[in-house]
Amino acid sequence: MQYLSPVIAAALTVVAGIILFSALGTDPGLALYTFFIEPLTDLFGVGEWAIKATPLLLCAIGLSIGFRGNVWNIGAEGQLTIGAICGGGVALAFYGDEGPWLLPLMVIAGGLGGMAWGAIPAFLKNRFNANEILTSLMLTYVSIQFLGYLVHGPWMDPDGYNFPETRLFSDFGLMPVLVENTRFHGGVVLALIAVVVVWIFMSRTFTGFQVGVVGQAPAAAAYAGYSKKRVVMLSFLISGALAGIAGISEVAGTIGQLQPIVSPGYGFAAIIVAFLGRLHPFGVLLASLLMSLMYLGGESLQMDLNLPLAVTGVFQGMLLFFVLGSDVLIRYRIRIGRATKEA
Amino acid sequence: MDGFDTLLAILIATIRAGTPLVFAAIGELVTEKSGVLNLGIEGMMLIGAVTGFIFTVLTGNPYIGILAAMVAGVAISLIFGVLTLSLMTNQVATGLALTIFGIGLSAFVGLAYIGTPIDGLDPIAIPVLSEIPVLGPLLFNHDIMIYGSILLFVVVSWFLYRTRAGLILRAVGESHDAAHAIGYSVLKIRYLAVMFGGAMSGIAGAYLSLVYTPQWAENMTAGRGWIALALVVFATWRPGRVLAGAYLFGFITISGLHVQALGYAISSHLMAMLPYLATVLVLVIISRDATKIRLNAPASLGRPFHPTA
Amino acid sequence: MTIVSGFKRIALAAMAATALTASGAYAAEEPLKIGFVYVSPVGDAGWTYQHDLGRKQLEAELGDKITTTFVESVPEGADAERVIRDFAADGHELIFTTSFGYMNPTVKVARMFPKVAFDHATGYKRGKNVSTYLARFYEGRYLTGVLAGLTTKSNKIGYIAAFPIPEVVRGINAFTRGLRSVNPDADVNVVWVSSWYDPGKEREAAETLIAQGADIVTQHTDSTAPVQAAEDRGVHAIGYHSDMSKYGPNAHLTATTHHWGDFYISEANAVMDGTWESTDTWGGIKEGMIKLAPFGPGVSDETKKVVAEREAAIASGELHPFAGPVKDQAGTVRIAEGEVMSDGDMLGFDWYVEGVVGELPN
Repeated sequence: MQYLSPVIAAALTVVAGIILFSALGTDPGLALYTFFIEPLTDLFGVGEWAIKATPLLLCAIGLSIGFRGNVWNIGAEGQLTIGAICGGGVALAFYGDEGPWLLPLMVIAGGLGGMAWGAIPAFLKNRFNANEILTSLMLTYVSIQFLGYLVHGPWMDPDGYNFPETRLFSDFGLMPVLVENTRFHGGVVLALIAVVVVWIFMSRTFTGFQVGVVGQAPAAAAYAGYSKKRVVMLSFLISGALAGIAGISEVAGTIGQLQPIVSPGYGFAAIIVAFLGRLHPFGVLLASLLMSLMYLGGESLQMDLNLPLAVTGVFQGMLLFFVLGSDVLIRYRIRIGRATKEA
Repeated sequence: MDGFDTLLAILIATIRAGTPLVFAAIGELVTEKSGVLNLGIEGMMLIGAVTGFIFTVLTGNPYIGILAAMVAGVAISLIFGVLTLSLMTNQVATGLALTIFGIGLSAFVGLAYIGTPIDGLDPIAIPVLSEIPVLGPLLFNHDIMIYGSILLFVVVSWFLYRTRAGLILRAVGESHDAAHAIGYSVLKIRYLAVMFGGAMSGIAGAYLSLVYTPQWAENMTAGRGWIALALVVFATWRPGRVLAGAYLFGFITISGLHVQALGYAISSHLMAMLPYLATVLVLVIISRDATKIRLNAPASLGRPFHPTA
Repeated sequence: MTIVSGFKRIALAAMAATALTASGAYAAEEPLKIGFVYVSPVGDAGWTYQHDLGRKQLEAELGDKITTTFVESVPEGADAERVIRDFAADGHELIFTTSFGYMNPTVKVARMFPKVAFDHATGYKRGKNVSTYLARFYEGRYLTGVLAGLTTKSNKIGYIAAFPIPEVVRGINAFTRGLRSVNPDADVNVVWVSSWYDPGKEREAAETLIAQGADIVTQHTDSTAPVQAAEDRGVHAIGYHSDMSKYGPNAHLTATTHHWGDFYISEANAVMDGTWESTDTWGGIKEGMIKLAPFGPGVSDETKKVVAEREAAIASGELHPFAGPVKDQAGTVRIAEGEVMSDGDMLGFDWYVEGVVGELPN
């Protein structure tokens, strides 16, 4: 049954796409091909697919742990930003004095930074009972402004004619490119490792089991003596660290410096990705690839068919609704049937 | 210009700056009071802004534009409603998807209307009262939507705390299982609350495109939907505090600009952090006391309702 | 299962695509493909709109000899590099990247595609196949300053600015120099809105400045909201990037407008002739890259005459907005009499000239 839902979503998307693109006077077959397939027709494109999925995957895989435990971290964007600041800060601090140790240090600093930023809403939740959805969201805006302050001020490139960006990181501060003629970099590997580690954690460890119980059966968890607070803190620390690594993987992997904006919203998109992937590590992997393809497809629609960005925005939005909607339609089919009868 | 006139100008501008936030935040407040968290305010506002603008251009009548914005807000909020309430998708994820969709759709339908000039809403001076010095221009010489926002605040406050229907709405947000057990239709009430939130976000958007900067441009809300969301929390889910908070936010923005225009440098990045830090602080203060939080925050906020569970 | 079939489809599609390109190569001489990368939606006015006007002029002028493609709202970061590279890989032989944040990605992609010509707007890094181009916006700013100085009655000008980067500071300073050259009593008050584009905030800033007594507002932001605000409040406005008179028929005095079309045409011709080489173009009034929009009803004939004289003087090289003595706010002479500020110094402007009120934030 659960294999049917992607099919339904795909069918709905195709139908909606045919209607939308026909209405615009574009050949719908060509448009759908351009959106979903054209971006992946060369090696570089496949590399782009992977590196665009990487920050989504790293953030979403962490978030999915918390979401399973009913812990709602929606501030991955902020944790990503702080990760980029901390990791990038290391690169800048050792400017002119680097060695091969620099990149690992940056990744660690990025992970710790994201973790620390994630710990704030967890602490406020545990200590003061403050709603973590709201605190983590608010802290995201704080972190983005903080990055803006740094690159417009103290961290500005001294040789950069006062433009708001930092120095370029040295080669020791950049993720190695693993496949020639692409931008497929080491961050992708980190993301894949994260998938496996989280999968093992959730399915093979006792702590991972506790997270699931706390989320699904809080009463049973309390009876068994599992600490909800521990789950809150733990899931925020893990998801914060992974988002922080996503941040440093972006700046060290593809950007090469700090800028006023380092992420076009990966942390938020990752929330959708986590649910599209049904909070399962491998599902999240597939969902991040779908989301990443959506970005690439939007660009190729503009480039090859001259469709304005607004059209691709509509198409992307519809696609998300279909995938979200059809997924749950399958999962809760029986329950909904019963609910309607009662209503 | 003397200091007094400046202060008056600041206060008038404050009311105008706060008004779109009042609409969006009170709409979201009602939605959240029913236990539903809709993060799609920004998307709904944009849909309202573009619809209101298009209908004003087509009919030449901004009042029809406002009405159309409201209807459009309801329509798009229903997408969210069907997904989260009937199909039980996650509210956070669906709200974010709604924002993505709203940004795209508004840009799409608005393409042909970028750069069309319109006459915005004119202020309506209330006879006699608007003649009063100081208070007249401050309170009684505004466009109809500002008066409407005050009326909205009064009606929503009365509804939530003085009517049976309001009590039911809050009960549903408090504990949907209990409300369901008593026999209230949790889904129906939540649908209505979501639609109300959509209508108000639609009007908030129309305020921007028809009054505040009478024009349509892609993404013209520029993050105000997220500020409205923060405001609901900052106001601890109280309509009166939403009103005060919206004006406070407007006042800080406007007086910040005035201070700059006088020649003082402020780090805009650090300034821009303040409302969010303040919201976190307020949340901590109200949440630490279990009874206080129960009085304010809807306990079922963001939780899906399974009627058979 | 879905992954496997997915890859199969991709492989098939890849083969189909290769077949297509192979057959295409037999066609007659292909038109030159030119790509444009935009930082925001094209819209109806503003920075990107002017670049798109240039693109349209290019298409109108060269017709079948070229085709153009653009991608809008490309974030300045990881995505820019992909879009630029896709253009190059897709057979575009001339690529214009029109925002500062595309500098490093442009340089990076250019190394991978040595046969493609890249033109980057507003940056300072060049390479064998990377040119830079920029307009001397400050020349237009100076002229609008002169116009403002002759028109203002309150001697107070409001300036709405986005971020305190050198390009913006240079504009403020040039405007102030023009203003003070005809009206030594007039001041410029600056409000920073921390956004290139936020109609609501720009409107608030304009209203603030007007409430504090400014009778002319000008802007270094993208939206037309300040012009609308001036129209509603019965004061004057000077637009930027585009002619914004539509939004304030009475308020709009003029605007400093950018014109990239001629440059785009000459670059395209150079690529087709095989004469393209890496250059640093910084064109102004003389080159026609900067023009003033038609004057509105608020500009007196006498003022028009003075502005026209100054415009001619700038075009001939007789007048430079930053010819010494240039004093900073403290009254210290930064550029001595008889000297002219160098392009390099102007590029990194981080101080205000005399006549700007208040301190420069960071």
